[in-house]
Amino acid sequence: MTRPVLQVRGLTVRFDKNEVVRGVSFDLNRGETLCIVGESGSGKSVTSKAIMRIAKPGRIVAGSVLLRPDDIEPVDITAHDDDSAAMREVRGGRIGMVFQEPMSSLSPVHTIGQQIIETILLHRDVTPADARAEAIESLRRVQIPNPERAIDQYAFEFSGGMRQRAMIAMALSCSPDVLIADEPTTALDVTTQAEILRLIKRLQAESGMSVIFITHDMGVVAEIADRVAVMYQGEVVETGSVDDIFHNPQDAYTRKLIEASSKFTIIGDHDRGGALPSANPRTLLDVRDIDLTFRKTEGFLIRKVRENRALSKVSITLREGENLGIVGESGSGKTTLVRAIVGLLQADSGAAFYHRGAGEPVDLLKRGALRSLGLNREIRMIFQDPFSSLNPRMTVEQVIAEPLLMEKKLSKPQIRERVAELLDKVGLSAEMMSRYPHAFSGGQRQRISIARALAVNPRIVIADEATSALDGSIRSQILDLMFDLQAELGLSYIFVGHDLGVVRYFCDRIAVMRQGELVELGTAADICQRPQADYTRALIAAVPATRPADRHLIPKEGLA
Amino acid sequence: MVDRTGERLLDTQGASNAGLEGVETQRQLVLRAFRRHKLAVFSLWVLGFLYLVALFAEFLAPHNPHEVNARFTYAPPQVIRFIDTNEDGGWAFRPHVLGYKVEVDPVALRRTFLEDPEAKYYIHFLPEMQRGDERALWGLFQLEHHFVGVDGRREVMFLLGTDRLGRDLFSRLIYGTRVTLSIGLVGIAISLVLGVLIGGSSGYYGGRIDNLIQRIIEFIRSIPPIPLWMGFAAALPRDWSPLQIYFAITIILSLIGWTELARVVRSRFLALKTEDYVSAAWLDGVSDLRTIWRHMLPAFTSHIIATATLAIPGMILAETALSFLGLGLQAPVISWGVLLQEAQNLRALADAPWLLSPGVAIVVTILAMNFLGDGLRDAADPYGENH
Repeated sequence: MTRPVLQVRGLTVRFDKNEVVRGVSFDLNRGETLCIVGESGSGKSVTSKAIMRIAKPGRIVAGSVLLRPDDIEPVDITAHDDDSAAMREVRGGRIGMVFQEPMSSLSPVHTIGQQIIETILLHRDVTPADARAEAIESLRRVQIPNPERAIDQYAFEFSGGMRQRAMIAMALSCSPDVLIADEPTTALDVTTQAEILRLIKRLQAESGMSVIFITHDMGVVAEIADRVAVMYQGEVVETGSVDDIFHNPQDAYTRKLIEASSKFTIIGDHDRGGALPSANPRTLLDVRDIDLTFRKTEGFLIRKVRENRALSKVSITLREGENLGIVGESGSGKTTLVRAIVGLLQADSGAAFYHRGAGEPVDLLKRGALRSLGLNREIRMIFQDPFSSLNPRMTVEQVIAEPLLMEKKLSKPQIRERVAELLDKVGLSAEMMSRYPHAFSGGQRQRISIARALAVNPRIVIADEATSALDGSIRSQILDLMFDLQAELGLSYIFVGHDLGVVRYFCDRIAVMRQGELVELGTAADICQRPQADYTRALIAAVPATRPADRHLIPKEGLA
Repeated sequence: MVDRTGERLLDTQGASNAGLEGVETQRQLVLRAFRRHKLAVFSLWVLGFLYLVALFAEFLAPHNPHEVNARFTYAPPQVIRFIDTNEDGGWAFRPHVLGYKVEVDPVALRRTFLEDPEAKYYIHFLPEMQRGDERALWGLFQLEHHFVGVDGRREVMFLLGTDRLGRDLFSRLIYGTRVTLSIGLVGIAISLVLGVLIGGSSGYYGGRIDNLIQRIIEFIRSIPPIPLWMGFAAALPRDWSPLQIYFAITIILSLIGWTELARVVRSRFLALKTEDYVSAAWLDGVSDLRTIWRHMLPAFTSHIIATATLAIPGMILAETALSFLGLGLQAPVISWGVLLQEAQNLRALADAPWLLSPGVAIVVTILAMNFLGDGLRDAADPYGENH
């Protein structure tokens, strides 16, 4: 029984002169989950916003969107004004929406309750007291503990996952036919993501609503989708059931997406990608018992020092030619650890012995050791955010040449030559060196970052979430580039990440961190197949599958 | 775009950005963003014109601003007539102004100026200086001609009327432009040096130094400015030359002006210190000084320029306020504030509303400065969100 609740035909949205969405058509059936996948800029968000008529300044220039097309009087969303009464009735009343950033979609000056109650009062004819009771009920439905108290709290008092639950409660407060979820779990940790996905599925089973789930993560698609629409450059290139999409993709782009994501499976005892290190590698970096506490002085008259233990007694080792992964949720201290190793943060105690050729190992944690001995050229770092890690006011050439200039070994023309060579090495062309970073995409910028890191022939490269900000297929290209460079230059990597699939693919060994402590350290296959710690087990259980056949996040029968 | 691994195929972001934009320098981007701000561009022209007037005041003024005309006290503005007609009905294009006829009200003994159609004073370009009118451009080059005016000893052209002593208000306004507009620039230059140095060290070093500097700034800003200026101005020695007073006043104005800039600079430093690319520079082995100079300062020079532009009006208004109250610049120095002193007298104002024209000039200038500052601020960061 497939009765569409939403029928989109030939939807075209234009921003200025650009048609960002072109001729998009799909059906959403009652009770089903449709995943719209695509990379950033593919128009998937704009499509969903156009359905809600909140795509300003974009204009719908063609197509139709029918809500409940088999009703006697279906609502044609494209026929109304953005701000018409009919659209206000649809928004929130018939279609609910959840966004990626719950913090910026919730008002910071109103309590959660006020915001939910307002939605209810706007759409339904109930007394404020009843609305409040309903709001509490809706919070309970999304499993917010102690909803009677939570209703009077503010968004900033909630954690990221709680905020997203509150957003869902708000979106569902008027029992809409359709819930549009625009990357609702992208900003969340993997365990929280699993909870939210479970919650959405459960609510869907209870109320029979339909869900449009927008994501770029094929794993999430594999876990929750009934049907999938793949978008690329503003067009739907393929629609089909989740099994068809994964096992019998028709479009080349879909195949590419599937291929890129299937690399990152954590199931199996396979080796990592790339060339493996030699059998008995020697230790390159030996980090012992690092402690680091952030201190913040508070209060004006009565001084209070608030301590936040970011790292306690963390020890890791890195061997030559090896890739060491550090995984953990946000706040686990993984970034703090690598920043302490390179001296961007000052550790309180502990040591990080760097074995430099034949001589005595050097303790990197000694104040100033890294820069005074020129070790900052042997241990290099790639940052997470490809946008903030390149100075927007320097050309690519200047960015890459900076460490070479500081090294003072090469002449100006030699440096230029070296920059050209590096750009070629990371898959960019030398002509690009006079451009500014803003002319490059995220993936290309990360290549520039890699070129900067490699400029001075390092031995260790620390990649701090270097691929987290990138789309799936770009991510696997960058990882492959890092493998190639490793084989060519004999590098060792420390790879910090929150995505266990990516870390599993890239690393020989994995260190799992939680709240500043090392939970477990072992070979990648052991950590993923035979985890020892409960926390690691929970982390692994929360990783989405790479194929619909391996679904495990949502219990199949009897949703509790 | 050449790409070895075929990234372009998938990377839509890259494709959309890969146009000509990539080769534009930051300067071009800023210029383009600025040009889009029509009002700011117009304001820039207005201000450019005003500063040109200030620069060539001696040459442009039709009369000597200090020349006293007992016959023409509070004479109303004359209207320029372009078409000259003669008795037999012919006409010619000859710009001229009409002379004054004075009528005395026998009861009130009040003098009223009427137009005298008989006295036509023709307007010429580059008329010779009249005898006794000695003007030297920038005090250096003796001028023999000025830009535009009327000829002859007895002919006058008062486009904005005259003041209590019969001095030409238009010429005085032109002369006043120089002092008023330059006091803003000099004042802001001093504020800028103080602000960048103090604010910069506050933001870069942080901790105790930052705390101390911020408390001092808060203290200075908590003092009501007008009484403070008045206190300083009143303390200026009476026997100082106008030039000395002028510089003293700019310094007094800057003493408060720097705090705002220091705060802007500090907050930019704080924000930039945590940027990844500053960390990356540190890891590249870049020295502190080079980090500040090469990596941090370029990120907000444009912001500083914009903030400074927005602060100039405050300086100008402060000078005007002080001079208006008689505590700033004093005659014979001419500034717009000094000119406005004439408009303090209600009776004089009722008889000669044209005395308020310096006020109009001030409003126009301040608005133009603000629009320009807005435009600069918007254009300052071409990598901002709306691009």
